Amino acid sequence: MAKYLLLKHYRHNGPAPVPGTEVMMDQWTPEEITAHIDYMSRFAGRLTERGEFVSEGALLPEGTFVRYDGEGRPPVTDGPFAETKDLIAGYMIIDVESQERAYEAAAELSAAPGQGGRPLYEWLEVRPFFAELQATAE
Amino acid sequence: MDDGQVNELMRTLAPRVLGVLVRRGADFATAEDAVQEALIEAVRHWPGNLPDEPKAWLLRVAGRKLIDAQRAEAARRRREERVHDEPASGPTEQSDDTLLLLSRCCHPALSPASAIALTLRAVGGLTTAQIARAFLVPEATMAQRISRAKRTITGERFDAPGDVRAVLHVLYLIFNEGFTGEISLADEAIRLTRQLVAAAARDAVDIADPEVSGLLALMLLHHARRAARYNASGELISLDQQDRSLWDTAMIAEGVDVLQGALAGDRLGPYQAQAAIAALHDDAPTAEETDWTQILEWYDELTRLADSPVVALNRAVAVGQVDGPRAGLAVLADVDPKLARWDAVAAHLYERADDAAQAIRHYTIAADRATSLFERTHLMKQAARLRTQQQ
Repeated sequence: MAKYLLLKHYRHNGPAPVPGTEVMMDQWTPEEITAHIDYMSRFAGRLTERGEFVSEGALLPEGTFVRYDGEGRPPVTDGPFAETKDLIAGYMIIDVESQERAYEAAAELSAAPGQGGRPLYEWLEVRPFFAELQATAE
Repeated sequence: MDDGQVNELMRTLAPRVLGVLVRRGADFATAEDAVQEALIEAVRHWPGNLPDEPKAWLLRVAGRKLIDAQRAEAARRRREERVHDEPASGPTEQSDDTLLLLSRCCHPALSPASAIALTLRAVGGLTTAQIARAFLVPEATMAQRISRAKRTITGERFDAPGDVRAVLHVLYLIFNEGFTGEISLADEAIRLTRQLVAAAARDAVDIADPEVSGLLALMLLHHARRAARYNASGELISLDQQDRSLWDTAMIAEGVDVLQGALAGDRLGPYQAQAAIAALHDDAPTAEETDWTQILEWYDELTRLADSPVVALNRAVAVGQVDGPRAGLAVLADVDPKLARWDAVAAHLYERADDAAQAIRHYTIAADRATSLFERTHLMKQAARLRTQQQ
């Protein structure tokens, strides 16, 4: 088994969105929002049933940069930056048999319904985790 | 007895046994570990083979575990054996240690998160693994949080109960954690608060604070609506949209009863006032029939008892219902707009004032500022609903 991080972005530097899917969720109808959320929770349920679900989380849009500023001094913060080019909206970690299966799961997530009940065709970033060192590795 | 009943029995007895050991002079942290180990033995032996006196059994095993633990520390050995050698519990040992234990677990030196974890384990009788799952953290993390908490309060005196208000605050925080996973923290909080109320009834002199019952009433009167609060997709449903036939009428009746008992004590406090507001909502057959005039009176009372920006925000909603949305907005103008729910309240009032454009604007800002995904979706849908209506 191998772990993969599925990243959902608010906006990103990756490929351009599929035409006709650019409308943000806050412009959908209440029914479209409900249908989307239903799909997402059923998707997590299916992964759990298959023994592939690890964890998931959703993040607030705003973040702040923070760093060390020397002994005894409070941390330095910069931001919040709302206008950065890339923002992570949420993540899901799955533990699957193969990269092929990870892509399949990501595609299923990407097919979540959006406006008019049509699939979102949303680009998701799939990042493999480094594996544990195997006991037989020399 | 089935496994569920055995488990229930163990969880009821665990804090009592801990109370006995602590009162006999055992160090809290070591005694708490000993009780946990005794529970593990009980899980192994009790199903199908329940001892005649389960509490005595647990006390004996925990006492032995305590001795085992203390053997390694020769310096403390004599004292602990004296503890162990005391006679088994008699009638006087039935007196209640619930408050004593709770006030240690909710000690002001502990952070809220530590107090919550320690309370759930030492008094709630939950395992570290269960608590970890309830808070979605790894078990090792929760185990560390608990042992750090125990180290913090090591050396604190255990002979007198501490501040009951600090205990109530921790129980209130546990209740507010909700009921998402396998362990319903709201149910745990109610269970613990019931124990405290029962202890207060038995030991009327020490903790005859009506706020104890007030908190229990508040929990019951809110928890009674739990089945109506979320739809099948797990989305939040606001009070005025809830299907009131799903409300738990027996729990409401109990909550009202408990509240009346508290109010009879004639020492009003913030929990009783909040419970009274919840009771008035629960009492309305439909949202339209809500007695907002009385609710507003209780908010005025609450402002007097414990003024806070959150109270002021909720009071603006009540003013909006009694004197109209424009009056509500005027009150809202004096409330700190930095509050997370400020825009949600503004949106609601603008919607009732038929200003859809402002309502949509504030619902959208509120969704952006929401701190939970439930709220965010709910607010986004409110904006969407108004937009759809406008088209």
